[in-house]
Amino acid sequence: MSCLVIAEHDNTSLKSSTLNAVTAAAKIGGELHLLVAGCACTSVADSAARIVGVTKVLLADAPHYADQSPENIAALVLAQATGFSHVLAPATTAGKNLMPRVAARLDVAQISEIVAIESADTFVRPIYAGNVLATVQSSDAVKVITVRTTAFEAAGEGGSAAIEKVTAQADRGQSRLVSRELTQSARPELAAAKIVVSGGRGLGSGESYHRVLEPLADKLGAAMGASRAAVDAGYVQNDYQVGQTGKIVAPQLYIAVGISGAIQHLAGMKESRVIVAINKDADAPIFQVADYGLVGDLFELVPELTAAL
Amino acid sequence: MKILVSVKRVVDYNVKVRVKADGTGVDVANAKMSMNPFDEIAVEEAVRLKEAGIATEVVAVSAGIANCQETLRTALAIGADRGILIETDVELQPLAVAKLLKAVCEKEQPQIIICGKQAIDDDANQTGQMLAALMDWPQAAFASKVIVANGKATVTREIDGGLETIEIALPAVITTDLRLNEPRYATLPNIMKAKKKPLETLTPEALGIDVSPRLKTLKVAEPAKRAAGIKVADVAELVAKLKNEGVIA
Ligand SMILES: Cc1cc2nc3c(=O)[nH]c(=O)nc-3n(C[C@H](O)[C@H](O)[C@H](O)COP(=O)(O)OP(=O)(O)OC[C@H]3O[C@@H](n4cnc5c(N)ncnc54)[C@H](O)[C@@H]3O)c2cc1C
Ligand SMILES: Nc1ncnc2c1ncn2[C@@H]1O[C@H](COP(=O)(O)O)[C@@H](O)[C@H]1O
Repeated sequence: MSCLVIAEHDNTSLKSSTLNAVTAAAKIGGELHLLVAGCACTSVADSAARIVGVTKVLLADAPHYADQSPENIAALVLAQATGFSHVLAPATTAGKNLMPRVAARLDVAQISEIVAIESADTFVRPIYAGNVLATVQSSDAVKVITVRTTAFEAAGEGGSAAIEKVTAQADRGQSRLVSRELTQSARPELAAAKIVVSGGRGLGSGESYHRVLEPLADKLGAAMGASRAAVDAGYVQNDYQVGQTGKIVAPQLYIAVGISGAIQHLAGMKESRVIVAINKDADAPIFQVADYGLVGDLFELVPELTAAL
Repeated sequence: MKILVSVKRVVDYNVKVRVKADGTGVDVANAKMSMNPFDEIAVEEAVRLKEAGIATEVVAVSAGIANCQETLRTALAIGADRGILIETDVELQPLAVAKLLKAVCEKEQPQIIICGKQAIDDDANQTGQMLAALMDWPQAAFASKVIVANGKATVTREIDGGLETIEIALPAVITTDLRLNEPRYATLPNIMKAKKKPLETLTPEALGIDVSPRLKTLKVAEPAKRAAGIKVADVAELVAKLKNEGVIA
């Protein structure tokens, strides 16, 4: 057994999703190499080397890795993959963009968003918006895997792996980054936050989403999320969406405000430890998964809750 | 330019599926089937590119059992020009579908193929990216805006931190995210017209593609249910409960 994990980073710091993927790889066992591909990203390689469980860091530093284009990164991963039994990445938008390209070129299946590892070739993954868990076995020579980050603890710090420079592949020149609009926020990252305050269509507008929910999130030091309906209506940006086709979260506390609880939304938050729902409709499906339900008008209840904290 | 769109027949998104009693699979025998929602968005985008005079022909492709014809007819009713069914009874996994789509791309020579980002049954999120790799084409996955001009596509993509815009050379693969467009409803006259549009049937064997599954499903199960919660009377009771749980100070 030997695992290659693809690190996710922004050339400056390592994304915490990488730590969850490392834990999954460590469960498989054997050598565990972490590939850091980027531009002027030595600081990332340094923090990668300190992750417990990592036995070696492979560093590919070149200008055309700065933007993480899947065409270029896949070519690099393929060049490095020889000899590994497993290639893993977190099931983030970056991992989902990249890994199927790697799998297809290796002519192997990809095993998407695993939540448990039964053995080196057998994995559990949710299907049908998390309503079903499938146990699947791969007979392929190399297992290409994306890891649902909320299902594996973050690996700790304290290791001291060697960093080995690897040769960059030629720039494929197939894709060019024009711009990035990243949400700037002082709040914790949604996918890794301990408390999440999420709002749905019940908020009625972007203005009231922010006016009603922000003070509560501020008091709790919480990340903010949303239902698809709230994102579609433009209350908040796309990266707030929690659900089957958005972000998967599993915080200690998830507070759903004005969210009905469609299965696509539940798929993204039902693994949270404690779920609170505030909704004026006592029959809303969200109450079926909520540990504590509060029936009433969110415009009265949320400010009252904020004041009581 | 020609645009291909892939459309998958899936259990309708409103249906809550059940696991078969023996745990061998999901019971879909009598479930309502629909076009994968992301594929409706793909067809809509292709048809809009045709209406804008950028595309000249929109070809919808579906792989699976004979009933996938219905899914193709839906695509034709939205505005695709013709359909291709790759008929097989074998359970198709994303790599196999990507290989089938590659064979169709080689035959049809499209400039763009638009796939959904994810099928809502297997939740794999693989096929489009795999196809791009097999064709050695660039990809723009999770698109929320597409502009096609001068042999290039400028695509805004939904990523974890927000949005990114990339420019890719054509031919290329694009996969759709939810906010790319709002698909139109097929009108009755268009549903009637769709019945007369050409629909060709191919098979994996005729295309020379081995579609045998690579992953074996050992079992399926329903996830553990959450214990039933309670309704609290007021904010004070809620705060007390949350303190007791240790989730707030
Ligand atoms: C392919 C596909 C993928 C999808 N993916 C996702 C996904 O990833 N994430 C997701 O969230 N959804 C997703 N959806 C959409 C999902 O099906 C629902 O449409 C959506 O979650 C509904 O959002 P909502 O609960 O905010 O809105 P609604 O269902 O409209 O619910 C609003 C709720 O607010 C309550 N309310 C209104 N006013 C008040 C008030 N003053 N006080 C208290 N309560 C109030 C109402 O009682 C109601 O329950 C997807 C759908 C499809 C087809
Ligand atoms: N059997 C199929 N027939 C046609 N298109 C498919 C099929 N399977 C997957 N696709 C396409 O690939 C996308 C992603 O599917 P998946 O990789 O299975 O999540 C879907 O939205 C479809 O556009």
